[in-house]
Amino acid sequence: MTGPTASAATEPALKARGLVKSFGRVVAMDGADFDLMPGEILAVIGDNGAGKSTMISALAGAVRPDAGEIYLGGERVSFHSPMDARARGIETVFQGLALAPALTIVDNLFLGREYRVPGLRGRLFRLLDRARMREEARRHLSELGLMTIQNIDQVVETLSGGQRQGVAVARACAFGSKVVILDEPTAALGVKESRKVLDLIRDVRARGISIVLISHNMPHVFEIADRVHIHRLGRRVAVVRPSDMSMSDAVAIMTGAMEPPAGRQDR
Amino acid sequence: MASDDLPTFATTDPRLSRRMINVLHGNPTIIPLFVLVLGLAVFSSVVGERFFHPFNLSLVLQQVTIIGTVALAQTLIILTAGIDLSVGAIVVLSSVAMGRLAMDQDLPPGLALSLGIAVGSACGALNGFFVTLIRLPPFIVTLGTWSVFNALIQFWSGGETIRQQEIEAAAPILQWTGESLRMGAARLTIGSLLMLLLAGLLWYVLNRTAYGRHIYAVGNDANAARLSGIGTRRVLFTVYLIAGAICGFAGWLLIGRIGAISPLGGAMTNLDSITAVVIGGTSLFGGRGSIIGTLIGALIVGFFRNGLALAGLDVLWQEFTIGFLIIIAVSFDQWLRRIST
Repeated sequence: MTGPTASAATEPALKARGLVKSFGRVVAMDGADFDLMPGEILAVIGDNGAGKSTMISALAGAVRPDAGEIYLGGERVSFHSPMDARARGIETVFQGLALAPALTIVDNLFLGREYRVPGLRGRLFRLLDRARMREEARRHLSELGLMTIQNIDQVVETLSGGQRQGVAVARACAFGSKVVILDEPTAALGVKESRKVLDLIRDVRARGISIVLISHNMPHVFEIADRVHIHRLGRRVAVVRPSDMSMSDAVAIMTGAMEPPAGRQDR
Repeated sequence: MASDDLPTFATTDPRLSRRMINVLHGNPTIIPLFVLVLGLAVFSSVVGERFFHPFNLSLVLQQVTIIGTVALAQTLIILTAGIDLSVGAIVVLSSVAMGRLAMDQDLPPGLALSLGIAVGSACGALNGFFVTLIRLPPFIVTLGTWSVFNALIQFWSGGETIRQQEIEAAAPILQWTGESLRMGAARLTIGSLLMLLLAGLLWYVLNRTAYGRHIYAVGNDANAARLSGIGTRRVLFTVYLIAGAICGFAGWLLIGRIGAISPLGGAMTNLDSITAVVIGGTSLFGGRGSIIGTLIGALIVGFFRNGLALAGLDVLWQEFTIGFLIIIAVSFDQWLRRIST
């Protein structure tokens, strides 16, 4: 038996083996494997319909696989809902952002896990601890360099796309999460705002959080990812380092125009 | 931290129009408040001193008590992006239940009152059941239950009114909400006070509790709410249940207001409650609006009716004006939603 520190260093933060999921006759996951190492940015790329969203949904607890295992920090887990996954430290920023546009930034940051004031006023009258939530919201946003959002009582729909993404990311890493899954975080953004969001993702990694980045934007993927997981026909076909492979080769593997390199299945 | 060539997330747009729009987004009650103040100014200059006389002001408050209370229930439902067309029928059914249980069944009046509110809650629960578990559109569900509840009203009351004197003799507590406190020339009824108390309670729930924030979130984007871990169906069901209970409570206020229990009372309550909510700045698309806005909306309806009547105009001009106010309010909401994206 290896010591706990030794295994913690090599053990993936999030791991999946042999995930299977079919919807009727469509097989969305066909023995998919997945490894996310601690403190890395892992990009997941794959053609439309390759089943990467299904895999990500399974890791986020939104889809229950028919077969296969998921391990979080080496421990076998089974999620029944996104809430389960969140309680274990896996946060997902869905593509639709899952923000309520007419609520304020603070309301959105704490949506679904509000603080109540201590004592009778909180227990009996369910009074929200607004001062504490505002203070923490301000702290989280400034830690991520988002404090130029000056009014945290501003409603989210008055923010730009990049700012909304910033709020969603801040929410994902505000609650002691270990893994943050970002689904197409730059898809709807302009060039400048994309850049700001990529910087934000690096800031999040610098805080020791492992990141899964799903994206179709190859330049972004190759700029920011430590490793790239290539998904095809419901399973992982290769994991490559951006430094070892050109963008066009990665796309060729993704679309099946090129065979995946041998012996590169892991690490 | 961010270098100079990178855009910041600064949100202070220098343009005044943009800043005003942000203020409107954060404080949607500004517009109805403006309409109310403008209306008061116009009517007081046309009608003169009579309009601001304490007696007249308290009269308007009495006139909007039932509509206002039902509009509070309707606000909760519309905030979840729903609609309740059965509220008026629930109010009358509850009042008939209170009267019949006290008169025909000889139940203690207090018990009959509680059971009447329970009948309203059961009606709300039925709506909530169809909306959340069978997943039918609220418009269709409540159109159906409106008809069902109306049939129950006719069945239970036999189409007969319970006269004021009978209630006074057997169950005076049912009329208690109609009693008034004199303050100078003003006459404030218990019913109006209870409505204001209820509004305060609902304001607290919506703005100071997690449940209230969840009501907004569910109406704003149900999918986002679910992904945030909110039990959207539980929120929806309880909102319909609470709305039913409030309508039952409004049934009690209705008895106090008209003294008798009539199976025909409150026929206009459905549309008037929606009118007050919409004029009060609550969006029919959900997630946007406030209790204070609804109170202002109810007051606008009350003061416009009262002011136009005192100005000596025909009753039809009241409906004419209110109709336009609804259209203007909804257009404004549409505009605010469009420019937000």
